[in-house]
Amino acid sequence: MSEIIIETQKLTKKYGNFVAVDALDLVVKEGQIFGLLGPNGAGKTTTILMLLGLTEPTSGRVRVLGFDPTRQPLRVKSQAGYIPDQVGFYDELSARENLIYIARLNGLPAEEANKRIDEALARVGLSQVANQRVETFSRGMRQRLGVADVLIKKPRLIIMDEPTLGLDPELAREFLKLIRELADSGITILLSSHLLYQVQEVCDRVGLFHRGRMVLEGTLPELAQNVLGASYKVLVQANGSGVSFLDTLKQLPGVASVDFEAPDRYTLIATEDLRAEAARAIVQAGGQLTELDVDTPSLDEVYNAYFKEVNHGPTGEAKKA
Amino acid sequence: MARQAKQRKREGSPWTGLGAVIAKEMADHLTSARMRILEILIVLTALGTGYAALQQLTGESNQDEFLFLRLFTTAREPLPAFAGFLGFLVPLVAIALAFDAINGEFNRRTLARVLSQPIYRDALLMGKFLGAFFTLALVLAAIWLLVFGIGLLGLGIPPSGEEVARALLFLLATIVYGGFWMVVALLFSILFRQAATAALASIAVWLFFTGFWNMLVSLAAQTLRPIQFGLPQEQIAQTELALLLSRFSPNTLFVEATVALLLPSVRTLGVILPFELQGAILGAPLPVGQSLLLIWPQLTGMIAAILLLFVLGYVSFQRREIRS
Repeated sequence: MSEIIIETQKLTKKYGNFVAVDALDLVVKEGQIFGLLGPNGAGKTTTILMLLGLTEPTSGRVRVLGFDPTRQPLRVKSQAGYIPDQVGFYDELSARENLIYIARLNGLPAEEANKRIDEALARVGLSQVANQRVETFSRGMRQRLGVADVLIKKPRLIIMDEPTLGLDPELAREFLKLIRELADSGITILLSSHLLYQVQEVCDRVGLFHRGRMVLEGTLPELAQNVLGASYKVLVQANGSGVSFLDTLKQLPGVASVDFEAPDRYTLIATEDLRAEAARAIVQAGGQLTELDVDTPSLDEVYNAYFKEVNHGPTGEAKKA
Repeated sequence: MARQAKQRKREGSPWTGLGAVIAKEMADHLTSARMRILEILIVLTALGTGYAALQQLTGESNQDEFLFLRLFTTAREPLPAFAGFLGFLVPLVAIALAFDAINGEFNRRTLARVLSQPIYRDALLMGKFLGAFFTLALVLAAIWLLVFGIGLLGLGIPPSGEEVARALLFLLATIVYGGFWMVVALLFSILFRQAATAALASIAVWLFFTGFWNMLVSLAAQTLRPIQFGLPQEQIAQTELALLLSRFSPNTLFVEATVALLLPSVRTLGVILPFELQGAILGAPLPVGQSLLLIWPQLTGMIAAILLLFVLGYVSFQRREIRS
């Protein structure tokens, strides 16, 4: 049974009349990578700051690593690392000097600090440039230095705010790989992002934020099941001399919807893997099957589908205002 | 129930990490280019005024009992005395050390990272102030020693214990005066997001007290306590009001402290009437303890102002949202 690392109950933060976080119930278990996802201004950063005791909640309860961040912030912060979005360093100091300062703030003795700094720099691949000034570092190097920075305190939990923001796709992928490695070594990770497609692969569970509320929570297949009514996406490419297979495919059992993507290309959202059935149906209808693939729906699709529903509902008017 | 939970005390000491912050701040200050420029400026001032005072002192046949102290106060045209120069330079150095203390961390985006370490905000703010304050004290002490050294070499006589005590108290008063301007700059660095704004605001306050306050004071005194019939009571009332108002300026407090400490024959800093001098031997120096007593209100006033401004900054920093 894995331990609960983060737990919030009815956590609320108001700035005047503006509700930044609205009655959030969140549970993150040990060893998970949990993604707080949603557009900018949805309340992700505020939530993170409350988890670290850097902002006081208006109401509600928070426990992080078994402690109350508002009343026992030092205990929380000695075991939880935080990498803010666009993490900043003292440019005129070297990477090592920056880390030494952090080690001292954590009360580590010099010898232990040096050992941990070497380990941390090696782990993120910055050993070569340890004595260079940070001002010479690229965006990607700074981000990795941010990881080294939190590894020094041997954290049980790392909280990252928009970790891939401003990284090019290649660097982002590398960085996500690093996150995965950290999680595999037993560190729980909470990350926030508005780039759904980038982080969906790395997250074990996600919570979708919208205007201060966590509107959806679960694993990706669960979300797809809830929102789209099905968790398989089957791609079919077939040519049948001008014949549309739309209706044929729609009649298959377990199909939630069929989209006509391009000439001869269809996507089925289905409750199970319908590749075999789809292939048979196409062939029986006299078509030639040229491609067949199965995938899980992307978070973007889930998100868009969800808000299409929401916006057609009664809250849709409010959103425009 | 919820209220009770809210009032539970925070755990852990607010001083955790204070030493680390102070060490880092002092290291930063002492190696920064900004500080080097100021140090050169002050050292040149010390050398220049010390040398000029020395020439003046050795030139005249001198029977002064407190020859050493005159090193600090003797001016030789066109240079003002060392003490006068310090009154001008110390606020500048103090402001330069603190005007970007907090907003600098904001703008470099290091604040969130530092505050996510197991320390309270108290430690960061206190460390920022003390780091800059110790740096200032260190620099001033070094310059003080420099002037003392010049005096030893140039005058060829050792200072008396009384003189050393007075010079040390003068150093202390200078450091406290610097502390006042430092805390002003620190407060502005919390209130303003831009370091340049904070620097300008601090300089503006300093200019206000240096240039305009005395004008306003004499204007206010003339308006509120007009001399209608030319009576002595009226004149005394006006002078006393002017003195009272001018003491709201830290510059006045510092000048008064300097005067009383470095000129032992100064017996009072207020209005004095002829009958009050009855029985006094004019020109006789006060013992150092009495001079200290004379400037005690000035010193405590400056320290109180420092504490007050620091508390204002503290409260506003504690309430500040750290997200950028």
